[in-house]
Amino acid sequence: MSEVVRRFTRNVPHWRPRITPVALDAATPAQRAALEVTPSGTKVSDYVLVLAHDPETLKVRSPLFNAIMYGKGGLGRAERELGAIGASIVNRCIYCAAVHAARHAQIEKSPAVTDRIFAEGEAAALGPRDRAIFDFAVKLSRAPSEAGAAEIAVLRAAGLGDAEIADLILSVALFGWANRLMHVLGDPVRQDGG
Amino acid sequence: MSESETEDGLAALSHRPDVREMTRAAETAVLAPVEPGGLPDALRRALASRIAALSGEAETARGYAFEGGFAAVCHPGFAGGGDPWLRAVLTFCDLVTMRPRDAVADDVEVLRTAGLSDADIVRLAELTAFFAYRLRLAAGLRLLKDAG
Repeated sequence: MSEVVRRFTRNVPHWRPRITPVALDAATPAQRAALEVTPSGTKVSDYVLVLAHDPETLKVRSPLFNAIMYGKGGLGRAERELGAIGASIVNRCIYCAAVHAARHAQIEKSPAVTDRIFAEGEAAALGPRDRAIFDFAVKLSRAPSEAGAAEIAVLRAAGLGDAEIADLILSVALFGWANRLMHVLGDPVRQDGG
Repeated sequence: MSESETEDGLAALSHRPDVREMTRAAETAVLAPVEPGGLPDALRRALASRIAALSGEAETARGYAFEGGFAAVCHPGFAGGGDPWLRAVLTFCDLVTMRPRDAVADDVEVLRTAGLSDADIVRLAELTAFFAYRLRLAAGLRLLKDAG
């Protein structure tokens, strides 16, 4: 038996698909190319195997994700994660929030910021720069029109340059996409006896 | 193509040309894939227009709008008429666009009951989710540009 996780946590749950994942041994050439299946048969997650039902999108989505979250220069890694977390809180994607809160805590070598976000939610009291980033992430995630000139001014006042703000927009927007797949196509679960 | 650089609002990503190119490639993958499955291109384009309209991006919605088959789908007020398959598709698209946090297992089950295959459910989810990204990206970059 397993129980669906409904509260935000950094303890990354198991993801249980609502769609049958593509079976690796039955995958089409296009699906295999999108999965970049290695000859050694490295374990591919159920999430990616579900997305392999649409290999044309998956094939571009994976490198795009990596370029936005890990591309060199611009906004720092932890701050991109904070954008991802803001989106995941608004969209209540427990799984995404767990993965990216754990990463944020690891990069920062401190769980303080994500502890506070999980305890206080969208209004969490953070330092000025984190608060500006998180607030922008929450608003842009609610609706494209919710973020405005005032939020850009706050980001600039907190010291972000335009290339950094563009990177933040990218990470928040990307999780508008990722949350809608992860939270819609599966459940975060905790397996008994584990 | 310099014209599309300004028209698609991605010019501000000059520091990340790979992201800009992959964003365009992803849009092609959801709007006009080689293998569309059960979701014809006209429906995909109409859904893009609908999602933009639902998201308050009227100008973008007009940009994707067109005449002909599935054109009614562009209008958020249209719920699918008497076609149960289309009703299920639009209900799911609207939910995932506007209230993704409220999506539950039954919302996927409804699509299956209406006759969508697993692959078409993933295609529909990818299209809807991609435009949540695309619209936020355009809106954010527009804000940055307007802030001068």
